[in-house]
Amino acid sequence: MSHYLDKEQLLHLSPNKRAWMRFRNNRRGYYSLWIFSLLLFISLFAELISNDQPLIIQFEQEYYFPLLNDYPETTFGGDFVTKTDYNDPYIREKITAKGNWAIYPLNNYRYDSINYFAELPNPARPSVQNLLGTDDRGRDVLARLIYGFRLSVLFALILTAIGVVVGIIVGSIQGYFVGKVDLVTQRLIEIWGSMPELYLLIIFASIFKPSISLLIVLLSLFGWMGLSDYVRAEFLRGRNLDYVLAARSIGVPNIGIMFKHLLPNSMVPVLTFLPFRISGAILALTSLDYLGLGVRPSTPSLGELLSQGKENIDAWWLSMTTFGVLVGTLVLLIFIGEALREALDTRRG
Amino acid sequence: MNDNNTILEINDLSVNFDTLAGSVNVVRDINFSVNSGETMALVGESGSGKSVTAMSILRLHDEEKVNYSTGSIFFKGQNLLGIDESQIKQVRGSDISMIFQEPMTSLNPTFTVGDQIMEPLRIHKGMSKSAAKKRAIELMELTGIPDPQNRFDAYPHLLSGGQRQRMMISMALACDPKLLIADEPTTALDVTVQLQILLLLEKLQKEFSMAVLMITHDLNLVKRFADQVCVMQEGNIVEQGDVGPLFEQPQHPYTIKLLNSEPARIIPQGESQAVQQHDELLRGQDLKCYFSTKSGLFRRTTSTVKAVDDINLFLKEGETLGIVGESGSGKSTLGRCLLRLENCSGDIYFNEQQIDQLKHSALRPLRKEFQVVFQDPYSSLSPRMTIEQIVGEGLQIHFPELGKAQRREKIQKVLLEVGLEDDILWRYPHEFSGGQRQRIAIARVVILEPKLILLDEPTSALDVSVQKQVLALLRELQERYKMSYLFITHDLKVIEAVAHRIMVMKDGKIVETGETNEIFTEPKETYTRNLLTASLFKTVS
Repeated sequence: MSHYLDKEQLLHLSPNKRAWMRFRNNRRGYYSLWIFSLLLFISLFAELISNDQPLIIQFEQEYYFPLLNDYPETTFGGDFVTKTDYNDPYIREKITAKGNWAIYPLNNYRYDSINYFAELPNPARPSVQNLLGTDDRGRDVLARLIYGFRLSVLFALILTAIGVVVGIIVGSIQGYFVGKVDLVTQRLIEIWGSMPELYLLIIFASIFKPSISLLIVLLSLFGWMGLSDYVRAEFLRGRNLDYVLAARSIGVPNIGIMFKHLLPNSMVPVLTFLPFRISGAILALTSLDYLGLGVRPSTPSLGELLSQGKENIDAWWLSMTTFGVLVGTLVLLIFIGEALREALDTRRG
Repeated sequence: MNDNNTILEINDLSVNFDTLAGSVNVVRDINFSVNSGETMALVGESGSGKSVTAMSILRLHDEEKVNYSTGSIFFKGQNLLGIDESQIKQVRGSDISMIFQEPMTSLNPTFTVGDQIMEPLRIHKGMSKSAAKKRAIELMELTGIPDPQNRFDAYPHLLSGGQRQRMMISMALACDPKLLIADEPTTALDVTVQLQILLLLEKLQKEFSMAVLMITHDLNLVKRFADQVCVMQEGNIVEQGDVGPLFEQPQHPYTIKLLNSEPARIIPQGESQAVQQHDELLRGQDLKCYFSTKSGLFRRTTSTVKAVDDINLFLKEGETLGIVGESGSGKSTLGRCLLRLENCSGDIYFNEQQIDQLKHSALRPLRKEFQVVFQDPYSSLSPRMTIEQIVGEGLQIHFPELGKAQRREKIQKVLLEVGLEDDILWRYPHEFSGGQRQRIAIARVVILEPKLILLDEPTSALDVSVQKQVLALLRELQERYKMSYLFITHDLKVIEAVAHRIMVMKDGKIVETGETNEIFTEPKETYTRNLLTASLFKTVS
């Protein structure tokens, strides 16, 4: 299947559509985008794929939905009034006995469910029960990887989005108004940029209860600076072009010139850096978690798994699998980034 | 054709480029030859394949994308398309050398000009540093650079455009080439400098007895300086032969069309006088616009460029005032000052209202009355907006009461008026040719029905045949809407065609102003006379 168009068709495409054509012609990047989107989409439904509760139970002619409601064990003929542990072999037997059935998710553990019935000491090597083994607290590694991937990618997407918005706003103000505004902002950015980010994180981690939202706020405070420089440069170049002068002479107000005329023509560096910023953010979260400055240990996080892998160096299933997920994600993002860079290079036709 | 005198022979050459849309055929089966000591001109409009042909001779195209499907290029009996990369490097800059259109960018700004002239001497002739320097200074002297000893260590930014082009020529001549390829060598230069450079090339050609392959779009230049000419259109040579007979009796319809596209006066006689009785639309008094460079610890002004220096002018309703001058004369700055796109001092009255003190917000509603069309239709249309967005933008701002349907109706009407189709609303600027883009730019301003349009070199980026159409369109619109034009240009032929009155500028001052015919027939100032001589090639002996 070829994506070549004839010259006439190509001519009628908007610049964005032409860029998309070029992107599609880079097969590696195009497939990477598909795989990455698919993985992200699947991981959004992690609760249905990897959970310690069955999706649906039919027990004595009645339907139960453990994902939506909590049922005490006594419902299914157990002895306790506490919440049912559906991985308990005794309960399992009850709800799958004659006439009853239950649909379990593909992987029978949530990121925080502990396998109390493991036959091996923790961390346990991969087995039929725990496909990728357990960590040193008996939690299923596969479940933690699935949830950890989702958390990392969503975290990175939010962080990147905030960084891009702030970077574009600051950069465009600097690049459009130049002069004193630019001078003062640039100096402020330099001062702000020379603050020791890691120390601040350590200090804040000890003052506040560590959480994902705190990390997003802290990393966003610094994350926009690299981008604002590129947007500023694009605006500086663009503001002298004739179409901007033409817009001014028609009487378009500043805000209109900035966002209707200059911004669409300044998006190339922003888009090109996007995948690399996302991969950078994933790495940032991972390394902070690895150092223990990130999220709470109960949160599924790739960095926390890595640090467990370091503690238990002989438990290869901890470090190797996490490493695999991280490398896979970053490689996909880099391939997408490469293809984007080529796609946005207008010299390629 | 194949006598001993032939130095370059091109047989059945076709050039293709690989693009996203597949292979594109740019040059088709062309044949021509150049004799030593002779000047061959390749003439054609943009996109005709003339530069592609010239660059193929030195194989300067991106080897990965270019594909010479048929043909051969024989230079002194050797097929340049058949030899490998290291051999072609021997030919480049020694037997065949090239000068380019843009002297501002074809010299490396980080090396002194001396170093750059010495480079081919050191590479191809293996000269020692001192010998190369001696030869370089000789060459600089030969190309008419004053004080070559001192200029040798100068960096390119210190030199004017004409001097840089002289440096390029010195560099090209360094190894006594047999063939000099000149790709639009004077297009980027002012007319008076252009003439000097062309005369210099002619003199050097005789001294070095070399062949010159001149690529140009300027027919007057060909008529004056070339021996042979090939007329190119869309990759084909449609006609070739000796310059004299070919210009006397062109055979091919395209050649005839090219020769007829010289702009001719489209203002009826007597209108220039009649228009002076109209009311005054614009008046500028004591306009001054200085740019100063500041340096040092206390930001003292070290030098001042007087771009516009104490200028008074007026413009009547329905009148076209031509502002003529070479680059750096301040004509564009003056235009921008008058429209308040540049800060300046002095009084500006528009329609008897003083506008020079108005704040930008107070000025905005007035903006629809005075509009601008820029020189380069490629950079004056935002590449990521559709034609509807571009043309309709002004309506949205100045006539917000119009609904979407009404706005579209107006846009379609104006597109038809400027000679475009009305079904192009969804398309993007890159789909159009230069002439069509300029029509779009004109539509964008005419839709607001302004009283005044500043035309800043509106035709200089266009091909000659298109240029004439655009001028006719502007004239038609002027008659229909009774608009006044401030027409800024360096091209005297264009201004002769459309202006009622002319103002000649030099170094920010007015040299001479008067009715168009008067200026052209009996100029009072020497500067005006020189300008006329140089730009029309007519009285060159």
